[in-house]
Amino acid sequence: MPTMNMIQALNDALDVKLSQDPDTLIFGEDVGYFGGVFRVTEGLQKKHGLTRCFDAPISEGGIIATAIGMGAFGLRPIPEIQFADYILPAFDQLVSEAARLRYRSNGEFWAPITVRSPYGGGIFGGQTHSQSPEAIFAHITGLKTVIPSNPYDAKGLLIASIEEDDPVIFLEPKRLYNGPFDGRHDQALKTWAGAPEAEVPEGHYTVPLGKAAVVRAGEEATVLAYGTMVHVARAGIEESGVDAELIDLRSIVPLDIDAITASVAKTGRCVILHEASRFGGFGGELSALVQERCFWALKSPIERVAGWDTPYPHAFEWDYFPGPGRLAKALRKTMENR
Amino acid sequence: MSDSRLSLHIPQPTARPGEPASFDHIPLSEAGAIARPEPDTPEPEMRDLPYGLIRVLDDSGSAVGPWAPDIAPEVMRKGLRAMVQTRLFEDRLFRAHRQGKTSFFMKSTGEEAIGVAQSMALRRGDMCFPTYRVQGWLIARGYPLVDMIHQIYSNASDPLKGRQLPILYSAREYGFYSLSGNVGSRFGHAVGWAMASAYRGGSDIALGYMGEGTTAEGDFHEALTFAGVYRAPVILAVTNNQWAISTFSGIAGAELTTFAAKAIGYGVPGLRVDGNDFLAIWAATQWAAARARANLGATLIEFVTYRVAGHSTSDDPTKYRPADEASLWPLGDPIERLKAHLVAIGEWSEQRHVQLEAELTETLRSAQREAEAVGTLGKSKPSVSEMFEGVFKEPDWRVIEQRRELGI
Repeated sequence: MPTMNMIQALNDALDVKLSQDPDTLIFGEDVGYFGGVFRVTEGLQKKHGLTRCFDAPISEGGIIATAIGMGAFGLRPIPEIQFADYILPAFDQLVSEAARLRYRSNGEFWAPITVRSPYGGGIFGGQTHSQSPEAIFAHITGLKTVIPSNPYDAKGLLIASIEEDDPVIFLEPKRLYNGPFDGRHDQALKTWAGAPEAEVPEGHYTVPLGKAAVVRAGEEATVLAYGTMVHVARAGIEESGVDAELIDLRSIVPLDIDAITASVAKTGRCVILHEASRFGGFGGELSALVQERCFWALKSPIERVAGWDTPYPHAFEWDYFPGPGRLAKALRKTMENR
Repeated sequence: MSDSRLSLHIPQPTARPGEPASFDHIPLSEAGAIARPEPDTPEPEMRDLPYGLIRVLDDSGSAVGPWAPDIAPEVMRKGLRAMVQTRLFEDRLFRAHRQGKTSFFMKSTGEEAIGVAQSMALRRGDMCFPTYRVQGWLIARGYPLVDMIHQIYSNASDPLKGRQLPILYSAREYGFYSLSGNVGSRFGHAVGWAMASAYRGGSDIALGYMGEGTTAEGDFHEALTFAGVYRAPVILAVTNNQWAISTFSGIAGAELTTFAAKAIGYGVPGLRVDGNDFLAIWAATQWAAARARANLGATLIEFVTYRVAGHSTSDDPTKYRPADEASLWPLGDPIERLKAHLVAIGEWSEQRHVQLEAELTETLRSAQREAEAVGTLGKSKPSVSEMFEGVFKEPDWRVIEQRRELGI
């Protein structure tokens, strides 16, 4: 089985769909001849032709609006927004149109679009190339939000997203493109080589949306994470010495509520980890759900570890980034009440 | 040139309530005065078009000039019928709102020719991306009046299951895309739809509508950029009815240039058309459609018209514009003008018109009776379970649980 990094896995997923389904097409800024600023669409225009993968004007609103129109027509567009930080000019299209079209037309029209976009920090991208906007989309009824954490899931989730008849925001953790990253920024870079989740089957397969993965089984606490933070969580759990169960949500809408409640019911403790700012972040929703459904099983307060409530600062990246040390501290705190 | 003390310019309409109304500032052309290039003419050779005004029907009711279309009297009578039905429909449903039978309504009085003529000039497979002021499109294509009224009443038979504000219809089979109360946000969908049709190698085209006030939104610029760049087979129509609620067209830039002329910056042909002239609308639409179907790309059309009614049931236009402004509108009434033409060519008469109005009023009454037998707003509604349907293709656990919480 070939080993792929996340860029190759995503590229392979797109190649599989372009090969199988003539109604799929890709467009976005720099995705055509050049293959995208992160190379995810490299070679696709050459292999599949100009109309299957082409450059778009620098117009996120226009990209998503035309994608919705194509989707309503009957195509399955896969637009790329170059950085998730740039998605806001398209926000009206995603909220007022993509998310609502099926509902308001009573199923006459819908928008089967998959909006790919790299998100997250850890690459010294500053405020405008580092943000994690998933909570904004999770709040919008009618959108699905998917966030892979490894090459195998990235390919399977992307194919599943493209095959969805609902609009999907597919957020790619750009710090994981070339290798797993556990938040220890002062250590040597790792690649995906040798990682079991970098063994990516050829051809078509899917990872279903709404099914979380138990990355590490444990008995004493539950850690909920997604994207880059899955790897940070693994390191943080080891550092803490707590026997924590780590759940990779993989998609936050649909959310695998059963996997979450089953784990917290077993462990009685819950720590939520995300890179986005804490206040109003998706951790708040997770915390509320766990409290509502697992209150009598809880042995200690739910903890949230997240980015600080500041913009993403350039020079202070590692002060902002919720690394393994902060998770370990929260895990130890949650264990105080035995 | 020397410096002068700077001052901020805030455009003002020619008249507010109590002041004498005037439309002298609107550039007009005589009927028949504008040349008609062939639809395959290169865009750079047509850059004078957006500054003229394409008109066919003159003041005597004759169809004149190069844009006068070859159109059968039967087709014109069908257009007249649809326009009259639209006006009667809107007057009646406006009254229904005043009678408390629904929450909201909007009329297209004075603008009926646009939706009706374009609906008839385009083909079945074409898709229009409407504004809320082209109800005539549906009526011209024979959409059941009773279903429109069910929707307006949000009653148990509402095709949109009580989820949408009155008149924000959706009718895919009739080439009518789902409406939204956010203005402008479907302009780019029309372009995307047209791009998809080209991608598939078909012959269907799209028509996007937007009001002149909405051209200030980014959606307008984005849609025209994509339409131009990808040569999308789309007609982008700006209905310039002079008023965006209480804001006159100058606040959207009408003092500076015409809305049609904005096309020039995108390398797309721009036509400026008499929006109260059924035949001019028909001819311009056919011209743009022919161009699109020949794979020559998009056309921007500005329809110059006047919003005779208020914006909606929620505003009183006498509070922001002269009460007699409509009567001074230089381009007349679209129904009267087409009727005068048909009479002038011996294909219509006052007597037939009176009969038509009586017949259409009866059709409408009967549709309203049928809808009211189901119920008006608040007296009848679809099953509340419909609130939870269609959020996603398949409901997720949230709506399943919440539906259960509501006990349905």
